[in-house]
Amino acid sequence: MADTILEMRGITKKFPGVTALEDVNLTVTRGEIHAICGENGAGKSTLMKVLSGVYPHGSFEGEIVYDGSPVAFGSINDSERLGIVIIHQELALIRYLSVSENIFLGNERRDRAGFLDWNRTNHEAAELLAQVGLDENPTTPVGHLGVGKQQLVEIAKALSKNVRLLILDEPTSALNDTDSEHLLDLLRRLRDEGITSIIISHKLNEVASIADRTTIIRDGRTVETIEMDGSPGLQERIIRGMVGRDLETFYPERESTIGEEVFRVEDWTVMHPTQPGRVVVDHATLSVRAGEVVGIAGLMGAGRTELAMSIFGRSYGRHVGGQVYLHGVPVDTSTVADCIRHGIAYVTEDRKGYGLNLIDDIRHNISAAGLSRLSRGGLVDANAEIAVAETFRSDLGIKAPSVLSLVGQLSGGNQQKVVLGKWLYTEPEVLILDEPTRGIDVGAKYEIYGLINRMVAAGKAVVVISSELQELLGTCDRIYTVAFGRVTGEVPTAEATQENLMRLMTLERNVTDETLQPEVVR
Amino acid sequence: MNAVASVWELAQRNVRQSGIVVAFVVICGLFTFLNSNFLSPGNLTNLVLQYSYILILAIGMMIVIIGGHIDLSVGSLVALTGAVAAVVVIRHGQPWWVGVLAALGVGLLVGAWQGFWVAVVGIPAFIVTLAGMLMFRGLTYQVLNNVSLSPFGGTYYQINNGFLNGLLGGQGFDVFTLVVFGIGVAGYAFSQWRRRQGRIAYNQVVESLPLFVVRLVLVAAVVMAFGWQLSQSRGLPVVLVILAVLVLVYAVLTQSTVFGRHVYAIGGNLNAARLSGVRVRFVNFWIMVNMGLLAAVAGVIYSSRTNGAQPGAGNMFELDAIAACFIGGAAVSGGVGRITGAIVGGLIMAVMSNGMQLMGVPTSTQQVVKGLVLLVAVGFDVYSKRRGSATV
Repeated sequence: MADTILEMRGITKKFPGVTALEDVNLTVTRGEIHAICGENGAGKSTLMKVLSGVYPHGSFEGEIVYDGSPVAFGSINDSERLGIVIIHQELALIRYLSVSENIFLGNERRDRAGFLDWNRTNHEAAELLAQVGLDENPTTPVGHLGVGKQQLVEIAKALSKNVRLLILDEPTSALNDTDSEHLLDLLRRLRDEGITSIIISHKLNEVASIADRTTIIRDGRTVETIEMDGSPGLQERIIRGMVGRDLETFYPERESTIGEEVFRVEDWTVMHPTQPGRVVVDHATLSVRAGEVVGIAGLMGAGRTELAMSIFGRSYGRHVGGQVYLHGVPVDTSTVADCIRHGIAYVTEDRKGYGLNLIDDIRHNISAAGLSRLSRGGLVDANAEIAVAETFRSDLGIKAPSVLSLVGQLSGGNQQKVVLGKWLYTEPEVLILDEPTRGIDVGAKYEIYGLINRMVAAGKAVVVISSELQELLGTCDRIYTVAFGRVTGEVPTAEATQENLMRLMTLERNVTDETLQPEVVR
Repeated sequence: MNAVASVWELAQRNVRQSGIVVAFVVICGLFTFLNSNFLSPGNLTNLVLQYSYILILAIGMMIVIIGGHIDLSVGSLVALTGAVAAVVVIRHGQPWWVGVLAALGVGLLVGAWQGFWVAVVGIPAFIVTLAGMLMFRGLTYQVLNNVSLSPFGGTYYQINNGFLNGLLGGQGFDVFTLVVFGIGVAGYAFSQWRRRQGRIAYNQVVESLPLFVVRLVLVAAVVMAFGWQLSQSRGLPVVLVILAVLVLVYAVLTQSTVFGRHVYAIGGNLNAARLSGVRVRFVNFWIMVNMGLLAAVAGVIYSSRTNGAQPGAGNMFELDAIAACFIGGAAVSGGVGRITGAIVGGLIMAVMSNGMQLMGVPTSTQQVVKGLVLLVAVGFDVYSKRRGSATV
């Protein structure tokens, strides 16, 4: 029997209205690298937050046994004291502080009088950097380092806290292949020095190469824990575990009458706005026909939203390259106003951050993108505006006492309908919906699917971006898969399964370099 | 007049705004109780002459704040534009209107300068206008060669200190003043009636007819009482007409134009505005240009009021204007506020200064009290928001 360092038993974590984790069990052996896999929203990060004390003891059910004794963490400080350190996907480093300052942030090295002991700080930082194989001066500001090196600084910071169980959330999602390889090597070396790691990753190749065991989580439950003994078919087994549900009959029926091509994006390439040289969208090409719903499937960070937002008035990224065609004619989409004029609409995935003015009312939010239709000589016709808002309120079933109600007071589903109303009022030909049902309840989801059907029935072209494969299978005619910025596949829904989509969504660049063309399943 | 009226209509919907109106009424009542001279014809006329430039600054500042910015340079700009007008009129003997045009031109130019840095370069307005506050003050000293210029005299002096009266004769009160007020009230009642009819046509919720009539009568009574007092003193101040026109124009600009809507959108959620096709740079640029223009108007009025230009004029005016906006319901984070709110906020500041002066309260105490009022007003705002919802 192997020596168990951590056992989480029967973990159940509920949020208002949602059960994020239900009876999850996780056993981690001392000195192993344990991978956790699951779809977006499966509950991986929630589980790690429970473990590290971000969600304090008492806010969840179940027990955590660490090093042979039950523990009750009240905060992240409690777990760190016992050597459990979590490194989040979004690195928690302060750009303007030096490497050594970052390493000892909150854990400062002080002399007897209580002042900072800079010699000791920099000396110890240098030792830690040597340990993680980072050849940088400890006084360099962190902002001057690339993401790969920043990741190493995070690990050095963890080591400074005498880490014994290191948790990494998507550590390589922002790294290139060399940096990733370097990081994985480091994890192996740390393992040999007795540090246990838990790694959350979407990259199945990576999981296969580094993990000793893998636990799969789906819909807040543990599916199984697999010994990664190198036997064939392990990746397929993981994929099956991640998606294995039945497609419920949850989607309104729809007759597809597909016409001519309306919208086409060719050779679309986008660079990261702040990290020079990082390609976020890589020569993507896709098309949508009239009356067609096309899905874009991809895991978090695959570049789906970046693709959509860069098309929509270059709202994301730098050095956007490529061409958009409407009805075969090249069009300029370099500003949002251009897109609206050409009949392209984009419903953002982040409705609170990018979609709505929460402190204004329904009326003004709905008219926000189509004010030119309501105004003459710059003067808005207030009565017509109310009439428009009323139309959409009844048409979309927005539940609110009045169109003068503040949007911030509506439920998520009703807020989403307001955003949809805003874009429907611009009378788009092409409607790009980014995570249209994120965080809204089942009833509202169904209504939004019905709305998509009405749009295509009216001959519009609809693009649906979603993390939920089931949703794409239920609503789309055709699905593109994207992975790491590239379009890796194009699958008619009739032939698509969650398994083959997930395989295409996890295709890494090095595997498919020979076959740069997207795979078309026929 | 329009200001007070529109605030009444707001009172039904917005707790924050109606709270301000109530506060205003209470403050006025308090000063009337403490000093019987407060509502006298002479003092009301004085109020108008003394504080209109702050109200004009508050109008522009409200738009700036709704857009999510701030402008610290308006005090210096008031001084600079007044100085330019003084140099043109007094030193070079040009007619009054050349001086006014020169001042307004400088205001537009400065606004475009600050708009460039805010909108095109993308420097926060706080920094741009802090720099402007220093620069324009320095330029004022240079334009004036470190000495005051006075007097303007003539028509320029009448801009702030003149009255339109006697045009229709008088029997102890000025008929013309009352006629103008009457037309204003009738116009207001008519526009309210049309608005109500429009809403009814679109099946919107409207207040009941008796309530509507009571509200109109109440507003008309207050406004006409104010007009009656003015007519018993020196008649209709020119500056009040200027102020009324500005309030009207800017109320329409903010509430009924695409531009105004875009200002609210940018202040409410910059990202959402950008993704809705709002030309953020364009809007921000013109917000700053407009502030420059209104600061120039205030500069003309203030220099007319003091009948000259002083290097130190307009000191701290920006803070009075900003305070007026926040007292009048603007949100610190932008996206919320009304022109009428700025006016009521400005009136609260004005009435408090004036009332305390009448009572002989020392200036030092006045400043403490005004500071406290600002703190309480915004504190109430923050408190009610926190209680209202966790999403904001």
